[in-house]
Amino acid sequence: MYRYTWRTGILEAVMIVVTAVFVFPLWMLISVGFRDSASVARNPFGAPTSFYLDNFKLAWTQGGLGPAFFNSFYITAVSVVILVVIGAAASYYFARSTGRWGSRWYGIVAAGMMVPFQIGVLPLYRAFTDAGLAGNPLSVIIFNAGIHLPLTVILYTGFMKQIPIEYEEAARVDGAGGFQTFWRVIVPLLLPVTGTVIVLDGVSIWNEFFTPLLYLGGTPHVTVPVQIYSFVGEFSTNWGQVFAGLLMASLPILIMFFVFQRYMIRSFGSGLKG
Amino acid sequence: MSSTTDAAAPLGERTRVGRASRSAGARLRISFWFAVPALVFFAAIVVYPTVQGVYYAFTDWSGLGSEINFVGIQNFVSLFSSPDTSGALWHTLLMAGSITIAQNAIGLLLAMGLSSRIRSRNVLRTLLFAPVVMTPIIVGYVWQFIFVPGGAFAQFTALLGAKDGGLNVLGETSTAIWGIIAIVVWQYAGYSMVIYLAGMQNIPEEVTEAAALDGAGSVKRFAFVTWPLLRTPTVINITLSLITSFKLFDQVIATTQGGPGNSTQTLSTLLYNEAFLYNRYGYGIALGLIVFILIAVISFGQMRVFRERG
Repeated sequence: MYRYTWRTGILEAVMIVVTAVFVFPLWMLISVGFRDSASVARNPFGAPTSFYLDNFKLAWTQGGLGPAFFNSFYITAVSVVILVVIGAAASYYFARSTGRWGSRWYGIVAAGMMVPFQIGVLPLYRAFTDAGLAGNPLSVIIFNAGIHLPLTVILYTGFMKQIPIEYEEAARVDGAGGFQTFWRVIVPLLLPVTGTVIVLDGVSIWNEFFTPLLYLGGTPHVTVPVQIYSFVGEFSTNWGQVFAGLLMASLPILIMFFVFQRYMIRSFGSGLKG
Repeated sequence: MSSTTDAAAPLGERTRVGRASRSAGARLRISFWFAVPALVFFAAIVVYPTVQGVYYAFTDWSGLGSEINFVGIQNFVSLFSSPDTSGALWHTLLMAGSITIAQNAIGLLLAMGLSSRIRSRNVLRTLLFAPVVMTPIIVGYVWQFIFVPGGAFAQFTALLGAKDGGLNVLGETSTAIWGIIAIVVWQYAGYSMVIYLAGMQNIPEEVTEAAALDGAGSVKRFAFVTWPLLRTPTVINITLSLITSFKLFDQVIATTQGGPGNSTQTLSTLLYNEAFLYNRYGYGIALGLIVFILIAVISFGQMRVFRERG
């Protein structure tokens, strides 16, 4: 059963070929930016013959990616921290309260998964404008903290329900208060699921395009996807330069992924079991 | 304080020894305050604006001005009599169906290949999953370049005998929608694969071994042993890809903007155009409600399936 037979060899070869075809767009993303437009037009499949870096210099100086990176990091980090804190605390109540309301509230929040955010996005935009937050990164942060809450709560509550209650009882017997029990007993046990929450929420907030476009478009606070959108609109004729910008914009998340790949794939794989 | 030790408990309570998890919560009495911050965010960001939005669906609000008139079901009436809507609805359903089938079929095949004993499986799994974490709008631009007239895909099809220098996938009304479907399937097939792989790990090896000893070939083993045990990951996958394809927006904006000739207009792009370009917000929201109803129906269907599994 476990021997490496000739059949396994054939399967291995097939899978490698399939994967090679599959990663062709990634190869494009990496190779086109290093070539001048003429050579790209001649042969789109080709490899870069020399390290032609002008595209990157131009894309970096004219693309405005530097500030966009800062905005994206800031918005993603603050949003995820808020989500972890309020999500974990609320899930503790949802997972442990025995009254009818605990599970009722949980059901209401979890149902928020289905609401298409486009419905509330404009009334919210108006509320932010009235509050003087128009064009302020805070508006996107607050929006994220609400919109990603359902998934966060589903993940945390599902995880906490599997933690044996005896730990908390012991802490209570020892005289710990409600908050102390949560902080000292539960929070340290939540590390694995907190990792999953950071990965799933972080990736989707980092990649989000629609809301930052709407709330921050035209301000100096735009995120990477929005900046790329306007950058491509401006330089669409010069593919080499566009791809240099696309590659730079993709690097942070791709580097994160290839460094933590095992962990991130596990997060996505376990994410929806609830 | 009701957290008494057994020794100090009155005789009547001595029956409640051991795992009293039902009453434990009552004894712990979790404060409602833990949930307050999250519920405030949820109410202010999800519930209240959505309720407001639903009200606007019955008005002629432009989305910007302060003039709001109640128009009843007028938006829904003109929505259902507009060819744009029926087009977008049809495109969305076609995309959702095709993406779901293709993504799951490819994901399952890849998972089967990788759950075998091949040596490169971890490297291949990482490479196949990489597109999942990429920014959809960037993925859209990369593919736009691959599909560009005279580009990589066109040259490839020309080799296979297509006329006029190869196919211009995103430029033809008949093929543009399939181009977008291909892009989405490419980006998320690795996601389906990983969920299938997680499901396959839960199948004990003894089960497939027993089938092998009984003389079942690999095809039979898959059809009668593996596949029936993959129901949960299949349901998760189908739900996931349906919900993402109903909300499809970024990839369309990056490649065709709904063109050529409205052939790739989806409910999301139509909503965006109506609400933010033509300033007919109420009308756009009426559309959003239809998306919501579609997603809700699917999600409830999924819950039913899960319940039936018991």
